[in-house]
Amino acid sequence: MKPSVICLFLLASSALLAQHEYAATDTENGARTYTNNCVYCHGPEGDQIPGINLLQGKFRRTLSDDDIARIIREGIPGTGMPAQNMNEGNARTIVAYLRSSAAVPASTVTGGDAARGKTIFEGKGGCTACHHAAGTGSRSGPDLSDIGALHRAVELEQSLIDPGAVVLPQNRFVKVVTKDGTTLTGRLMNQDTFTLQMIDSQDRLRSFPIADLRQHSVITTTSMPSYKDRLNSQERADVVAYLVSLKGARKP
Amino acid sequence: MKTSALALLSLAAALSAQSPVTFDRILNADKEPQNWLSYSGTTRSQRYSLLTQITPDNVKNLELQWVFQSRSLEKYESTPLVVDGVMYTVQNPDDVVALDAATGRVFWTYSYQVSPDARPCCGRLSRGVAILGETLYIGTIDAHVVALDAKTGKAIWDVEVGKAASGYAITHAPQIVKDKVIVGMAGGEYGIRGYILALDAKSGKEAWRFYTIPGPGEPGHESWAGDSWKTGGASVWVTGSYDPDTNLTFWGIGNPGPDWNGDKRAGDNLYSDSVVALDADTGKLKWYYQFSPHDEFDYDSVQVPVLVDTVWQGRPRKLMMWANRNGLFYVLDRVNGQFLMGKPFVKVNWMNGFDERGRPMKLASAASSKDGTLILPGNQGGTNYYNPSYSPRTGLFYIPAWDNYSSLFVKQDQDFVEGRTFGGGGPRPTTSAPVAPGGSNFRAEDDIYGAVRAIDPKTGEKKWEFKMADVTDAGILTTASDLLFSGGREGYFFALDARDGKLLWKATVGGAVRSGPMTYTVNGRQYVAVDAGNSLFVWALRQ
Repeated sequence: MKPSVICLFLLASSALLAQHEYAATDTENGARTYTNNCVYCHGPEGDQIPGINLLQGKFRRTLSDDDIARIIREGIPGTGMPAQNMNEGNARTIVAYLRSSAAVPASTVTGGDAARGKTIFEGKGGCTACHHAAGTGSRSGPDLSDIGALHRAVELEQSLIDPGAVVLPQNRFVKVVTKDGTTLTGRLMNQDTFTLQMIDSQDRLRSFPIADLRQHSVITTTSMPSYKDRLNSQERADVVAYLVSLKGARKP
Repeated sequence: MKTSALALLSLAAALSAQSPVTFDRILNADKEPQNWLSYSGTTRSQRYSLLTQITPDNVKNLELQWVFQSRSLEKYESTPLVVDGVMYTVQNPDDVVALDAATGRVFWTYSYQVSPDARPCCGRLSRGVAILGETLYIGTIDAHVVALDAKTGKAIWDVEVGKAASGYAITHAPQIVKDKVIVGMAGGEYGIRGYILALDAKSGKEAWRFYTIPGPGEPGHESWAGDSWKTGGASVWVTGSYDPDTNLTFWGIGNPGPDWNGDKRAGDNLYSDSVVALDADTGKLKWYYQFSPHDEFDYDSVQVPVLVDTVWQGRPRKLMMWANRNGLFYVLDRVNGQFLMGKPFVKVNWMNGFDERGRPMKLASAASSKDGTLILPGNQGGTNYYNPSYSPRTGLFYIPAWDNYSSLFVKQDQDFVEGRTFGGGGPRPTTSAPVAPGGSNFRAEDDIYGAVRAIDPKTGEKKWEFKMADVTDAGILTTASDLLFSGGREGYFFALDARDGKLLWKATVGGAVRSGPMTYTVNGRQYVAVDAGNSLFVWALRQ
């Protein structure tokens, strides 16, 4: 997947202007930086501002890499685009991400129906046993209320098929055994040298002095099953359409 | 009513015993452990106090006495001075505050107006002040040195010693040697050409200047390809140490520039990432030792040189001990700079041993690259500016350490533009990168962690460690009662038994400890002070 992305990216960029080459690590870091800084206004697909589609290379005028990096850092006066407090290197990783994304289709998942997806999410799929969204479901797994504002459809589809491929640190679980022998599992929310915080399977926020625990271990694998065979491709497309529709409280 | 009467009493007591801080007092600071007369406590910089009122047995009775909340949101990285009951600290970036060390009541505040040209890379801050006689000295982020009347906070002189618009700045506490004030230039991310300079303490007039990058015709100039020496960085941003027997002042030198791309600066890039020993009267170089030749990983060697007189392999020797950002612990002979020992104190993958002259054998793979090279320790190093400590009682050297820490080093082409950052790429996070400050910690067993690590300097072997769930930027203080004080990013300040690392006491301070703790006595009562978050906290035993 990755080499072909880079190949396409190089082809595309050479067809445009004489652009810089970017390292794969820059593209990956750029995706994270984009999610942290740009997604709130531009959206995960880069298409939330009219007339612009960042991830498909559509700008209001032709922009070189240098132009984009400068705009990220300095903003555009008189518009809603603020200057980002970001160094040149980080701005460049965003450019790398935008350029590489522009070389692949926006989404491989099409034809989903969000309403049907919601029914599957809350019914057959059993997703609410762990996940919270639209005011329902457990919070012991990652809260998906704004997942559509943070991730692209193609990424959500991938997470349904192979949920263990990427387990972000903030989605790790922890197992603790208290002094009286009780075992509890929940999502890790924070920890320090002396204490540990989690949300347990009953949605309770729990905090433990580590000295009071017989043992504790952070789990880096996922407990989520693959939906490759549990749902057919239409059902998955429906669920993805539903997830994409979840924008939380964020203003478009 | 009662409180104010008490405050007046202690204020009066503090003022009555005051006398000028002669250089003789600074040299013999061990004879007055109630005071803390220079950045690292003594000119040997061991951060070891002879005070023993607080002990491993009673440390659990420490009680918060007062807090100074600075009016600044910058990182508070300074160590205060205490002179005869009066504390001097900074309020970032460059204000100076005098307080009653027993109550925290402010005598005066000096407000410094920073030039809009100032552009320090990594925090608009000062790590502290120096005192000589009745004059305080601060170096500012717009590269001025200001002398202040210690009694009133009024400026006596203010001299510009570097060009702020070109990236020159001062962020460390000045060093006093005899009648001189010594400072060095920060700005290693701006393509400066670093220097250390001595000013006459009375007049502010420049007495000598040592360029940390040799100019044409000077030895070491050949270690920079072409014109790269003109923009090679080699900054100074942590206070050095001084040895009266040899009259040498020792300074750690920062990274070469551009930081992450060495292509256009072929050579060792002297004296970047080195310790230099200068004659304190003339600024002439007596010796140097380079820890990381031709560095591309931002391994500034600005750590405080710790001077120790002890028996080394059967004979008494004047040593310098150094835990370096590059992940190695070193012992040097401080009279002549001879390399005696070097050993990793955290996971290191950029070198493999030393040649017979003490030059590290760098692996061919250890170079920044376009696609990123994974190097341990990562960009912030195995340690950094955080103050280490040496206890003559335990014979142990204590390091604030980051272990299991890596970065991907990516190089990019970059042309020098005066006054703009000149990095040539940068570090990228790996799965073993620290938590963003203030963020939640989701670390798993094998991930990066911080520690207070005690090593036997005779062997370089770890004796014990106090492991933390997050990394640490906190300095370390040890005492003659075998206490060790430190903290970390999580916002704890704690006391360990310096002999075995056992946790004895801890307090929550609600913000990262990024400074070196210190201790002092007023009216027979021992206090322990540390900056954390944006405030300075002071404890003493419950009465």
